[in-house]
Amino acid sequence: MKKYLERVYNGVFKENPTLVLMLGMCPTLAVTTSGNNGLYMGLTTTVVLAASNFIISALRKSIPDKVRIPAYIVVVASLVTVVQLLLEAYLPVVNELLGIYIPLIVVNCIILGRAEAYAAKNSIGLSFFDGVGMGLGFTLALTILGSFRELLGAGTIFGLGLLESVKKLTGFFDTVEPITIFILAPGALLTMAILTAIQNKLKLPSATNGSVKNNIGCGGDCLQCHGSVCTSNREQLAQKSETSANAGKTVGNKADAGKVD
Amino acid sequence: MNELLMIIIGSALVNNVVLSQFLGLCPFLGVSKKTNTAAGMGAAVIFVITVSSALCSIIYDQILVPLDMQYLNTIVFILVIACLVQFVELVLKKYSRALYNALGVYLPLITTNCAVLGVAIINVNKEYSLLPSVINGFGTAAGFAIAIVIMAGIREKIEHNDVPNAFKGSPIVLVTASLMAIAFFGFAGLKL
Repeated sequence: MKKYLERVYNGVFKENPTLVLMLGMCPTLAVTTSGNNGLYMGLTTTVVLAASNFIISALRKSIPDKVRIPAYIVVVASLVTVVQLLLEAYLPVVNELLGIYIPLIVVNCIILGRAEAYAAKNSIGLSFFDGVGMGLGFTLALTILGSFRELLGAGTIFGLGLLESVKKLTGFFDTVEPITIFILAPGALLTMAILTAIQNKLKLPSATNGSVKNNIGCGGDCLQCHGSVCTSNREQLAQKSETSANAGKTVGNKADAGKVD
Repeated sequence: MNELLMIIIGSALVNNVVLSQFLGLCPFLGVSKKTNTAAGMGAAVIFVITVSSALCSIIYDQILVPLDMQYLNTIVFILVIACLVQFVELVLKKYSRALYNALGVYLPLITTNCAVLGVAIINVNKEYSLLPSVINGFGTAAGFAIAIVIMAGIREKIEHNDVPNAFKGSPIVLVTASLMAIAFFGFAGLKL
């Protein structure tokens, strides 16, 4: 039992996917316009993540290594479709609020990242709890970010008019208006900038200041890499083959020169 | 014709895919260190999104709708995109060495670019037929290319600036992106 709780603790605090590993930035920035939205998105992702970790772990011995990524993608996409249909049927409000970001859970790198880094190597139970922990960590981070933006940008919290009631109760702050930009697109980027700057300042563990490495094949540091690791690897490989080709040429030239001599 | 022009301006500038919808944020922040790599990435994205939105639109209209299986669109689209990217890479490698050298390195990164899947799904949600889908795909990708090239230009300048220690690295890039997003709000005033 302790092992399982440790996975949950690891996901929520030690390796929080959003605040520490900096994975899945697209949905994080797009849906955190309010605390509720963040909470819904987080819980939807948690369901998909726990189920995908469970299924991928159960299939880990039968999926051939070469086609594992497409196989994972099919599993995740099927689960997302199931979740989307369930939301349409039973929680249409959530489906409307999150819109296109529900099908886009498929390409959320937390899910493929956990499949690759954890579920493909560990037992079913541990993988399931790893998914639950990571999902709850994501939910927690999204809810905090969403509430922060909602409070600054709309003066409400989880839809309750906090600023209004403060104005009524105290009689002060009459001229205080919410900073609308925080619930708009630029506010999302600004919030993230403030968060990462604070992490840098306080030297908190975070992938953005290089103090945390995770065990995804590419290094998994999305905010710094976004594929640039992949690009630089390829460039290095190309350079290597070029230099070896050039070396071959110079050897050839030398041989030619030798002939002339 | 007028309608198509509106789609292209709307998707490239008014609803910029990166700065207002946050799709494709990963390559936008990661591959924007130098202007020429950013331009290469932009070109590769334009190419792949235009082709994939055509393909996804055809498959949706000709296969999924007649069979009444629209609910499978997410699975089908992601597989089509993954195969398409591999296929394009192989074709370019074989037939157009110059194009492959220019775009090849960026192609594998595009499979995980959520803008590609996002455009395919937006096309379905808006019930665009083939031509508007392709135009919308091209416009969205052009918007991505514009944003990433501007970003790379600014980042090259930031290199020479005295940024406060805490803001070095990701934070200053995010602040820059935020200011760009504010600038792009200006396009919302366009009367279309």
